[in-house]
Amino acid sequence: MIAIIDYGCGNLFSLSSSLRSLGIECKITGDKDEIASADRIILPGVGAFGDAAQKLRDCGMVELIRKLADESKPILGICLGMQLLFERSFEYGAHVGLGLIKGYVGPLEGQIPENLKIPHMGWNKLNLAKSDPIFKYIEQGDYMYFVHSFYAKGCVENTLAFAEYGVAVPAIVKSGSVYGMQFHPEKSGAKGLALLKAFAEL
Amino acid sequence: MITKRIIPCLDVRNGRVVKGVNFEGIQDVASPVELAHFYNDSGADELVFYDITASFEGRALFTDALTQVASEIFIPLTVGGGINTLDDFDRVLKCGADKVSVNSGAIKDPSLIEKAAKKYGDQCVVLSMDIKRVDGSFHIFSKGGRIDTGIDALEWAKMGENNGAGELVVNSIDTDGVKKGFDLEMLQKISDLVSIPVIASGGAGKKEDFLELFRAGCADAGLAASIFHFKEVDIMDLKRYLNENNIEMRI
Repeated sequence: MIAIIDYGCGNLFSLSSSLRSLGIECKITGDKDEIASADRIILPGVGAFGDAAQKLRDCGMVELIRKLADESKPILGICLGMQLLFERSFEYGAHVGLGLIKGYVGPLEGQIPENLKIPHMGWNKLNLAKSDPIFKYIEQGDYMYFVHSFYAKGCVENTLAFAEYGVAVPAIVKSGSVYGMQFHPEKSGAKGLALLKAFAEL
Repeated sequence: MITKRIIPCLDVRNGRVVKGVNFEGIQDVASPVELAHFYNDSGADELVFYDITASFEGRALFTDALTQVASEIFIPLTVGGGINTLDDFDRVLKCGADKVSVNSGAIKDPSLIEKAAKKYGDQCVVLSMDIKRVDGSFHIFSKGGRIDTGIDALEWAKMGENNGAGELVVNSIDTDGVKKGFDLEMLQKISDLVSIPVIASGGAGKKEDFLELFRAGCADAGLAASIFHFKEVDIMDLKRYLNENNIEMRI
């Protein structure tokens, strides 16, 4: 069973529907025992980093997620959920993240040519930089759906796949059993579902 | 780099997809779920659902259909039609919509854009505009293109961006249904003015019209309804054609 952590951040309807369509059992839950006993964890998230990090702390999830990562439980952060895995974020101020992956989060603004629009929104190609079991069902150059204005930096060694958008945007990152995806696999058609299927089989 | 997008638009009335020309001769064509599957399988990059129902009962049928589509189709979904308040945003987002398109609702209450952008994020708010030439300038029309509001379209587009709209749908009433190509003159004026993505609507009749649109560099996406519904243009064929002509597409 996959536990989708419910901490009041984001619409989890598509994510749970996409897992169910794959025949994968999942539950949206904020219950710590349920999360601790799940086989795998997904940390979703949309909105602002500072808010979301505070909500995670308020509901006592930070310690639990760190503990589960220590136990090598597969954890997947999606979009803002991926950014929360890093040490810090500089999205409107400075904020502390979960620190499960080395690196930080900064704005695309000022880092990409002016003719490129922010947010980075739409279908972009994955450039697979390493081999990993998460790529079991996808190929070099498959497209995923991105929506974000901030991106991960200082994490080259932990980056499995990039997307090119004026800069090399880390699209899939990994440290131990912890994965992060900057795009929305649950909105990326058949290829996105293929990544979720691979995660469920890790 | 991100691809240009091809977006079919589905008009839904009382829970069924309908098609008609200029709101006349509306026929029931298909269930939204069937058609959404068809478009998903044929390479659509996104789907737009437009609720043209007026009644409360029809709204409920629409949200049922939307919920079912959102639980079976995993590409971005935009919903428009009858969005006047934050409660309307809430209603369709809870059914699985990713973006919400406002049109007449923003004309009635321009603060709706800002309130929604603050609550749900810019990426969630799409400002849809029906535009027509009047005495040499571009005016915003409301009520499905029937009433001239007198609002200058360029100022309206800029206002939308400044208040937090994440995208603009630019529908040209002058080219709509004519099938002689998109309104490049108007699209160019708007895309020169704003830095958010522009979705072109109105006028597509054939593959070449999309190539012309993207080569002109005045839109990020092309939206159409009848040419896709009537299978005059197949989305996968169109995307292959554009790709062969150096327009990046998700194939």
